[in-house]
Amino acid sequence: MEISQTDMAAIWLTVRLASTVTLLLLLIGTPIAWWLAQSRSCLKAPIGALLALPLILPPTVIGFYLLIAMSPDGFLGQLTRALGIGSLAFSFWGLVLASMLYSLPFVVQPLQNAFEAIGKRPLEVAATLHSSPIDRFFSVVMPLAKPGFITATILGFAHTVGEFGVVLMIGGNIPGKTQVISVKIYEHVELFEYGQAHYLSALMIGFSFVVLLGLYLLRGQKNKLGMGF
Amino acid sequence: MGHKIMTKNWIIKAIIGSFLAGILSTSTANAGEALMAVASNFAKPMQQLIVEFEVDSPHKISMTIGSSGKIYQQIRNAAPFDGFFSADQAKPLKLVQDGLAVNDSLYTYAIGQLVMWSPDVQKRRAKAVKGARPTIAIANPKTAPYGAAAIEVFKHTGVMSEFKAQLVYGENIAQAHQFIATGVAEFGFVALSQVMNEPEDSYDIVTEDMYSPIKQDFVLLKHGETNQAALDFLNFMRSKKAADIVKSLGYK
Repeated sequence: MEISQTDMAAIWLTVRLASTVTLLLLLIGTPIAWWLAQSRSCLKAPIGALLALPLILPPTVIGFYLLIAMSPDGFLGQLTRALGIGSLAFSFWGLVLASMLYSLPFVVQPLQNAFEAIGKRPLEVAATLHSSPIDRFFSVVMPLAKPGFITATILGFAHTVGEFGVVLMIGGNIPGKTQVISVKIYEHVELFEYGQAHYLSALMIGFSFVVLLGLYLLRGQKNKLGMGF
Repeated sequence: MGHKIMTKNWIIKAIIGSFLAGILSTSTANAGEALMAVASNFAKPMQQLIVEFEVDSPHKISMTIGSSGKIYQQIRNAAPFDGFFSADQAKPLKLVQDGLAVNDSLYTYAIGQLVMWSPDVQKRRAKAVKGARPTIAIANPKTAPYGAAAIEVFKHTGVMSEFKAQLVYGENIAQAHQFIATGVAEFGFVALSQVMNEPEDSYDIVTEDMYSPIKQDFVLLKHGETNQAALDFLNFMRSKKAADIVKSLGYK
């Protein structure tokens, strides 16, 4: 069966979206996870809980409030208008923002676990060797937390690929712009185009399996290497 | 340890209890119940019609809302619906042909009217002057009759290519309405029934010669063939009383 142009567009868009989101989440998730791992502040628990909310909230809640926030009277709508970049709703960057919210805990939590597992000792040793805090982070923490970074990357990417509800609510189903694979499959099924729906679904199943397999293999290896202290 | 086992027992009891309660409540109900699957554009009128029906009937009617296409799929996959209020005529007819619906129960219960709607006319006008290109919400024309009708209007007036880039698609007509109501889309095309309570100057009824009539049929499904509640409700829907209500809610 030949794959249609809009299917191809949906696949590309999904890959583009997931890559962008993962990259941005690693950038902002790392300092957040570091703070959560290090902090003894009384704000640690509430902020940790707040960031983990997308794990349990139905996508409809996130979609609903994003839609309201992105409306012309909403705070995001007013902000983007003031910045002169128009509305975020129905746009690629709107999906990026929504996906970042939605996938945030999947990036922050593995990182936080990895940071916590390192413990104080390696950092204290580095400090006695006159390593600066920034140097310590890049030369000690980053290499030791590598499995955490790999897990965070894989989970962040995979979870964004699997997103459906939020995209459906704020995307507007525009081919090549907001019509990602999951939404495209939904449309194929509604139009009785089972052949194409099977094709894209099989792709998703294969992708998800490979991702999880990689993750489990990595985890096994990590244990053998005695990482995580 | 002992405490843990107690907790577990308690949970198991609760599960069994709720399970039994479920069985009992379905088997002892003697006044009938029926489940109607309803196309999104008709959701609001349906609520009112059910209230009217239940005034004079012991039966209880509940409904599930979705796009006609999705409901059709669900029925083909043995969804437990007793009746189907489609937004078109094709899908109920197909279900009859598939042997999943009762042939002589087909009935045109409403003819939909398309409107162009923008809740905040003043603001939109001010914006139009500034030269911004507004976002226009319609229902997905591939799956929703009101979306297809909106596309017909664009083509009929020869502005399709001009506006195509500004269109966003709701999964069904209810989502198109939601896009406009929240303001993320400046205006769009929805069903008159959805905006009946809005200020009259916020919508324009599209004239009938611009699109093919949106005839909406209901059908009794095989699942509800012997369900008295379903039969009574569909009979009520054929009555003049129901027809008047339907008309008053934005249909022809």
